[in-house]
Amino acid sequence: MFRTIITASTRPAIELRVDGRTIEAHEGDTLAVALLSAGVTAFRHTPVSGEPRAPLCLMGVCFDCLVEVDGRQNVQSCMVEAQSGMQVRLPTGARRAEESA
Amino acid sequence: MTVPSAVDTLVIGGGVVGMAIAYGLARAGERVRLLDEGDDAFRAARGNFGLVWVQGKGQGNPAYARWTLAAARLWPAFAQELAARTGVDVELSQIGGLTMCLDDAELTARAADLAAVRAEIGGDYRFEVLDHAGVRALSPHIGPAVVGAVFCPMDGHVSPLRLLRALVQGFESLGGELCAGVHIENIAQRQGQFHVQARGVDHVAGKVVLAAGLGNRDLAPRVGLKAPVDPVRGQILVSERVQPFLRHPSLHVRQTGEGVVQIGDSKEDVGFDDGTTLAQLARIANRAIRCFPLLESVNVVRTWGSLRVMTPDGFPIYQASSECPGAFVVTCHSGITLAAQHAGPLTDWIRGGAEPVEITGFKAERFDV
Repeated sequence: MFRTIITASTRPAIELRVDGRTIEAHEGDTLAVALLSAGVTAFRHTPVSGEPRAPLCLMGVCFDCLVEVDGRQNVQSCMVEAQSGMQVRLPTGARRAEESA
Repeated sequence: MTVPSAVDTLVIGGGVVGMAIAYGLARAGERVRLLDEGDDAFRAARGNFGLVWVQGKGQGNPAYARWTLAAARLWPAFAQELAARTGVDVELSQIGGLTMCLDDAELTARAADLAAVRAEIGGDYRFEVLDHAGVRALSPHIGPAVVGAVFCPMDGHVSPLRLLRALVQGFESLGGELCAGVHIENIAQRQGQFHVQARGVDHVAGKVVLAAGLGNRDLAPRVGLKAPVDPVRGQILVSERVQPFLRHPSLHVRQTGEGVVQIGDSKEDVGFDDGTTLAQLARIANRAIRCFPLLESVNVVRTWGSLRVMTPDGFPIYQASSECPGAFVVTCHSGITLAAQHAGPLTDWIRGGAEPVEITGFKAERFDV
C-alpha cells in the first residue's frame, strides 16, 4: 500500500522481526516507515473497540502507531529508528501489566 | 421576565452532591428543577478520584465516621438501583481499600488513627494492619518500598463520571427538570416562596437546596445561611489502559473498570486555580511508582487539576435556614462516598422528615468562634 519515493536507497539495508517474520528496512528509517514499507497497515488493535489502527501523523502526536519494541510496550514507532535485529510485536488490546523489559 | 411553572424544590448545583439530592427528591415524588452553572464551572464532580472511602474518615468526629460508614453500607443497593433505572453501570467495587505505607512510622501512625476512630465510634469498624507480605497477598504488584498497609474491607471505588451520568439520567427519567448553563443572579423568599433569578427567568419553588460547591459561599447568605468553603486543589494523572492488575484501590492509585490507572492525589491551597504543575505531578507519579513499579513504563495520557470544596474543619455543612424556612445548604468534600446518603436519609430530612442523628452537629455556627 505504501511505497518509498526514494527508489534507490544508498543507505545500508537492515533486517528486523515483526511478529516472527523478517522484514527489510534501511538504516535511518523510522520504525513506523519501516513497517509501512513492509506492508504492515494495522499496527495495533485498540483496547477500546478492537479496531485496527495505523499511523496518522508520523510526527509523534497521534499515538496511533504504538507497537511493542524489544519488550517495551506501546512505543511510538514513528519516534524510534529501526535497528537491525529489532524485535517488534503488534499489540492487541490493553498493555500487559508487567515490569518493563 | 418569563415565569416557568412553580416546582416543589429548586436544587442549585448539578455536581454529584446536587444531582444526588435532586434524584432523591424526584424519586420521592417531588417536582424538582435543578439549576446548574454548566461544565465550565469549577466542578469537583468531574475531577475527583472516585473513592467510596471509609478508613480514616471522622477521626475526632465520630458522627462523621458513622455518617460515612452508613453511606458505604447503602452504596451496593444504590448502585443496583441506578443500574436498574438507567442502565448505567457505575462500576462499584467495595472489596476493601489499602492505605499503602512507605515507612514504618507512617504505618504505625495510620494504624493508630484507625484505632482511635474505632474506639470513638465503638461497634463494627473493621480494619487490618498488614505487613509487606500481607499486602502482597492482596495486591501482588506492590514494590519493595511498601512496608505495609492498612486494609479496610469497607472501602471501595466507583466511576465518578458514570455516577454523575446515572444520576442525571435517573433524575430526568423521574420527571426532574435539568436547566444547564444558568448562573444564579439572585435568590429571595417572598410570601413563603423562593424566587431564583437565573438568565432572565424567575424560578419559583417552596424549597431551595444550595448544593453549588464553591458557589455556596456567595449564595448561602442570601437565604440566611453560611457556607465558609474554600478550594483545595488536587492533581491527578491517568494512564493508558492496562490489563487488570490492581483490584484494591488506595488513596493514591486505583485502576478503573476500563483498565485506566488513576493516580493522585495532592492537596494545595492555591485559590481558584485548577491547573497542573510539573512538580506536583512528578511527586505523585514517583510515589505511585514506588508503590507499583510496573507503572514506570506505563504511558500517561492525561493530567488535570480540580478544586475540592473544603470547610475550615473539613466536615460537611447540612443546614436548614431558620431565617428563610425551606432553604437548605449542603456542602461536603466527599460527594461520591456520601451520594447514597444524600439521595436517601438527607433527602428525607429536606422533605420534612427527622434529621439524621449523625448530621445534627454539622452546622455553620461551629465556625463562629
